[in-house]
Amino acid sequence: MNRRTVVKAIAASGALIGLGAMMPRVAVAAWNKDAFNAKSQADALNALYGSAAEASADVMLKAPDIAENGAVVPVSVESKLANVESMAIFVEQNPTPLAAEFGIPAGTAADVSTRVRMGKTTNVTAVVKAGGKTYSATKEVKVTIGGCGG
Amino acid sequence: MAKIFRVKASARGGKTTVKMMAKHNMDTGLQKGKDGNLIPAKFLDTVSVSHGGKVVFEANLNTAISKNPYLAFTFEGGAKGEELSVAWSENTGATGTESAKIK
Repeated sequence: MNRRTVVKAIAASGALIGLGAMMPRVAVAAWNKDAFNAKSQADALNALYGSAAEASADVMLKAPDIAENGAVVPVSVESKLANVESMAIFVEQNPTPLAAEFGIPAGTAADVSTRVRMGKTTNVTAVVKAGGKTYSATKEVKVTIGGCGG
Repeated sequence: MAKIFRVKASARGGKTTVKMMAKHNMDTGLQKGKDGNLIPAKFLDTVSVSHGGKVVFEANLNTAISKNPYLAFTFEGGAKGEELSVAWSENTGATGTESAKIK
């Protein structure tokens, strides 16, 4: 190796390090277009986590039994599983079932609340990815007035 | 750009609970306006909260999230007076960064 190649290599690695520093390390992938635009829950789940989820009692999904207003349905997802990396909320019969995906870095509690829109009475599913596996919990929420306009 | 997030963060017992709400319509692109034309989709698609340079929460949102999105989570660490930084982006490409103090 002569001097020239050494200098080049150092410059290249420096550029790489710079690039790595510029890109914040993210626990969650960028906005997953395929998953968010999928029209069916199975497709969305597949695109997001690449596998079907196993029902688990360690995933706690809090949602009302009856939501009067489908435009604002409070949903909380909590999990006692260790090493939770990511959590997602699906509303089965919405035009695009995947409502949200949350990245849970180490140190952050696997307990997230948000509010979703529901077009009609359907199942709400919480999916938790922990230690490379996916787990889910489902609950039916009855909607009196749909929340997707129309 | 004016702030769109209202953040309430409180530190207690070594943990910080964050409740945040954005002022945003979250237009789905499926709804029709008064003129009968579809209102184009315009919604927040990513929200990322960091504390002391470390990302503590990330959310990828879809149009199924209610108008004025509400998010709540808890992370370990954080103390009164410290700052949280909230970075968001819209499907239209608009982005913003805001800061909020932990109380």
